[in-house]
Amino acid sequence: MKKDIFKVAGKVLKSRLIIGTGKYKSFSETAKAVKASGAAMVTVAVRRVNILDKKKPILTDYLNPKKIIYLPNTAGCFNSEEALRTLRLAREMGGWKLVKLEVLGDKKTLYPNMIETIKSTKTLVKEGFKVMVYCTDDPLLAKKLEDNGASAIMPLASPIGSGLGLQNKVNISLIIKQSKVPVIVDAGIGTPSDATIAMELGCQGVLVNSAIANAKKPILMAQAFKDAVYSGRNSFLAGRMEKNYFATPSSPSKGLI
Amino acid sequence: MAKIQLNGKKVSIKSNYSIFDLLKRYNLSNKKVAIEHNGIIVARINYKKKFLKSNDKVEIVTFIGGG
Repeated sequence: MKKDIFKVAGKVLKSRLIIGTGKYKSFSETAKAVKASGAAMVTVAVRRVNILDKKKPILTDYLNPKKIIYLPNTAGCFNSEEALRTLRLAREMGGWKLVKLEVLGDKKTLYPNMIETIKSTKTLVKEGFKVMVYCTDDPLLAKKLEDNGASAIMPLASPIGSGLGLQNKVNISLIIKQSKVPVIVDAGIGTPSDATIAMELGCQGVLVNSAIANAKKPILMAQAFKDAVYSGRNSFLAGRMEKNYFATPSSPSKGLI
Repeated sequence: MAKIQLNGKKVSIKSNYSIFDLLKRYNLSNKKVAIEHNGIIVARINYKKKFLKSNDKVEIVTFIGGG
């Protein structure tokens, strides 16, 4: 059998689970959860350094960017200018060219503003960035992103941090079928079984943050997600049985007493 | 003496103070940070060459946890 390799923008990732590093109680908990998840890539945000507390540790003290791939994001950006500024700073920080773009359109739903998102993707690709793009689950807009050079399409399962799981499997499936770049479900995953369903549909990966960070035992939940993504991928590769309307006995009828 | 705005806060600095000096002051010389000086990103190789003057706006950013 051909080896199952997950590649984004030419980079081979040893896990199909990408972990968001927000909302954890401490950096130490973040690091332990990331380890338990087996993730090879984590998303990070760009923010001001706290200049009032010189001794305060920073994320890189706990998660070594040489050992795990940092995927800088533009969380909190509501227009193209803010997103571009953030990612240019991220690139300066350590040469990060592989980035996650998210341009939000509404504070209540954190739904992506696709007009600004497409505009930003174009500019970033022109500047040499490899852009993984958070987007709505609209197949036409997803195609538009791919046509504009996105390295991965990242449709939402449901609103960020909602834990509502996959609300539109049909649209996600349509996006998977049409895309030549990896489709990674981002946002809204609530449980490991949601992640399994996404993988069974044929997603190349899933991105999870709140479902792990907000669990009662985040490290155990990280492990559960690792297994769930692995199972979902294997299930997809194995190919599910056909659905039938009527029963078929599992035991042979020959030799019945 | 000069007063600059650093990450939105007023900060006093000595004269002939460079970005490099500023990073040293906050124990950030060896950390993963990026600098914006009056809206323009400063390349690492220019930290020692870029001197600050009154009313300059400096942003020092780093990576934090985020989804």
